[in-house]
Amino acid sequence: MTAIEIPSPAQAPTTQERAHRVFAFTSRWRWEEVAFWLAAVISIVVFPTHLVLIAQVLITGLFALSFDLLVGYAGIPSLGHAAFFGIGAYTAGLLARGGWTEPISGLIIAGIVAGIAGLILSVVVSRLTGIALIMITLGVGQFFYEAAHSARGITGGDDGLSGINIAPIFGRFPFDFYGHTAVIYTLVVVFLLYLVARRIVNSPFGLELKGIRENVRRVPAIGVPLRNRYMVAFTVAASLAGVAGALLGQITQTVALSSLDFNRSAAALIIVMIGGMGTLIGALVGAAAYMVAQDRLADLNPVYWNFWVGLMLVLFVLFARGGLIGGVDRLLAWVRAKRNKA
Amino acid sequence: MIGNLLYIIFSGVAYGVLLFLMSAGLAVTQGLMRFANLAHAAFAMLGGYVAVTLMNAEGWPFLLTLPVAALATALFAGVLERLLFRRFYNVSQLYQIMLTVGLVSMSVAAVTYIWGSVNQPVRMPPYLSGSITVGNFDIDVYRLFLILAGGLVVWGLIWGIESTSFGAKVRAAVDNRRVTASCGINVDRLFMSAFFIGSALAGLGGALAVNLVGLSPTFATDFLVYVLIIVTLGGHGSMKGALGAALLLGTVDVAGKYYIPQTGPFIIYALTIVVLFWRPHGLFARA
Repeated sequence: MTAIEIPSPAQAPTTQERAHRVFAFTSRWRWEEVAFWLAAVISIVVFPTHLVLIAQVLITGLFALSFDLLVGYAGIPSLGHAAFFGIGAYTAGLLARGGWTEPISGLIIAGIVAGIAGLILSVVVSRLTGIALIMITLGVGQFFYEAAHSARGITGGDDGLSGINIAPIFGRFPFDFYGHTAVIYTLVVVFLLYLVARRIVNSPFGLELKGIRENVRRVPAIGVPLRNRYMVAFTVAASLAGVAGALLGQITQTVALSSLDFNRSAAALIIVMIGGMGTLIGALVGAAAYMVAQDRLADLNPVYWNFWVGLMLVLFVLFARGGLIGGVDRLLAWVRAKRNKA
Repeated sequence: MIGNLLYIIFSGVAYGVLLFLMSAGLAVTQGLMRFANLAHAAFAMLGGYVAVTLMNAEGWPFLLTLPVAALATALFAGVLERLLFRRFYNVSQLYQIMLTVGLVSMSVAAVTYIWGSVNQPVRMPPYLSGSITVGNFDIDVYRLFLILAGGLVVWGLIWGIESTSFGAKVRAAVDNRRVTASCGINVDRLFMSAFFIGSALAGLGGALAVNLVGLSPTFATDFLVYVLIIVTLGGHGSMKGALGAALLLGTVDVAGKYYIPQTGPFIIYALTIVVLFWRPHGLFARA
């Protein structure tokens, strides 16, 4: 009568165990990630004259990372993401001007303010698709640009905010002229937020976002509240972009009107495309490639720079949709296949 | 009071006709292929530059530059469609956006390289400048010309969509592309024609816009928002919807600039958001 064998857990893992294994596998540290962060630390030691550039790469990387959460994971195209970067930057700048010079709480407040703006906007955005969605994000981006441009009394208009005083970090490490404090502060903040973003995309929530991106009709059918997920993704992305803006404002001690520029939203698009969409680390790698190229070509008129950026975007979307990370992955797979054959 | 109101409606309609010409092509092609062509306003910019160059460098009369601007834009856009756009009809909208944002970026830089970043000066012929006085009103001749000539084009377009066999095919394809194709209609060629006509209208709109709003490399991005708002509010592929949205937008914009100039374009954005809250599929969308 013992013909029916009940498989023991050791032989057939339960659904829960299988899920754990999948998450453990997808959330493993890939070597690209390790390589990038090692390179970031090493570059601070090796290029002591380029600390400001390194900090700006990290900040742009964080901004692109927040954009990747939105575009690469949730599949929400936005052409106005700079709005949140700008909101964060102006919040940090105005706080410091108003006497709140403590940097870390400044970052947190800027992130919260940008997140609230994102939450409010997400109520509209989560109802739209297609052209309407692009239009509203573009329009909102322009709206904030125009608002900051005309509210001279608060934002300084074209001149922006300058001469922002930031207190030393923990009251001990003042921001120095060479950018030592600034670059380490930036590195730590961006790395911590990278861990947060990593945790988000490797959670069940992140899996739902990917599901929405892959098939927007099927995911609600299995019980995922679509609007809620859109709103959360939008809010988180806005908040991270706000922190990036605040960081730039704090370390450069200025907030420029260009932090709200359409070009910044477009830059996020190209960076994520260069690096590899939906990979997180691609945003950082792409930012490094983009910023270093821009720095090398600094003599070039910014207008012509835009031409090459546009051309790159077209070429990548035509021939290399996986970006750099996707290209490296393909190369590795090819090498591995060759080795297995031999 | 009444005079001001009439002036606003007059200017608003003229502006609305202009905006409609620049948006009509996108409304149709977006409805047909669901292709998010953000470079559509850049086509209008190209038309503007063709017209201005022909007038200033070659000394052509203004009216003669209009068809040439429309044709040149359509040819250029047609080449782009065959070479690039058609590869993107069946991919994620994200890639369509990236492609066309890249093209906008390139177009702005190319235009700056060729014509510089300054606003292009234009001189209208005497019969299209100044104003005529009727009773108590001064009627701007160029705006009157816009309403009459633009109105004629609009009427022709709506007639073409509503009453010709070509228009019927386009409407069918907008409603259901696959069923239309299975009826033996070549949707690809249909789309090519629609894209060609739409781009020609954008080029014409751009050429007509120069005298009213000026022409500089930011044209491609400045008017992109307006074009997208019109297509969104008008509803997919509906000509009458787009016309209604364009006239509304033109009038509200003129009224906003007249009564509360310090608010700039805020009124437009606020209005758009309110409308989308109320009707997310557009003001004139069919249920």
